[in-house]
Amino acid sequence: MELTTILFYLFSIVTITAAAVMVFSNNIVHSAFALMFTLIGVAALYVLLYADFLAATQLLVYVGGILILILFGIMLTTQGKSLSFKTSTVNIAPASILSVAAAALLIYAFVKTDWKITESGVRDETVHEMGMMLMGEYILPFIVVGVLLLIAIIGAILMATRLSAHNDGEV
Amino acid sequence: MIDPGLTHFLIVGAILFALGLMAILSKRNTIMVLMGVELILNAANINLVAFSRFTELSLNGQMIGLFVIIIAAAEAAVALAIVLNVYNRYNTINLDQINLMKG
Repeated sequence: MELTTILFYLFSIVTITAAAVMVFSNNIVHSAFALMFTLIGVAALYVLLYADFLAATQLLVYVGGILILILFGIMLTTQGKSLSFKTSTVNIAPASILSVAAAALLIYAFVKTDWKITESGVRDETVHEMGMMLMGEYILPFIVVGVLLLIAIIGAILMATRLSAHNDGEV
Repeated sequence: MIDPGLTHFLIVGAILFALGLMAILSKRNTIMVLMGVELILNAANINLVAFSRFTELSLNGQMIGLFVIIIAAAEAAVALAIVLNVYNRYNTINLDQINLMKG
């Protein structure tokens, strides 16, 4: 058995187990830390798929950015002074039926479909090629997504400052 | 154990998608729902990158995945700002208790 096979099974088990812990844990801080292991596992799967730049981006943006943002959100919205991080869970039966059905349907479709696989061979680095594509045929989406990020940051700052102004006015 | 092919990666993506759906449907904490959305975005991204490795989609798949990550970052920033505003106004982030359109 090859090393990549063992690594694939290892990282997919880590990813799925951590995601399951995230979903079924009642403590939201535990959920956030389980989400970290899920994201790292997904980055490792990207590496196994020859997407090195995407794996680095995943680690930087998700683990370094979004996860920290989520942790800040948890800390800022914890209710009461008792520091309880419990989350309420509702609709367990319908939700699990729906998600199991979705998973079964998707897996059935994936297994049954006859994919046209083209073996592209080992790709050692993608950064140069992706950079050329970003400056070439993907230049318009690249610029648009930059503007989108700017708008999102301005919107988030605006909402946050309105929040503090509201506080000062009320209290 | 057989060598991982396209289907294996797609199945991992499908399971992650189902778990994200479960988090969205069954949790009542807004931040848990956001985490479920992140999980679903990751599942979709695994599929895109797997197709870029195994089919003719090639590097285009990774490029779409990159844009998905960028948009997920923007979404998380705006969504958490909204959550903080909601918490400031209603003093709760339980989705069942946020039931006024104009507080």
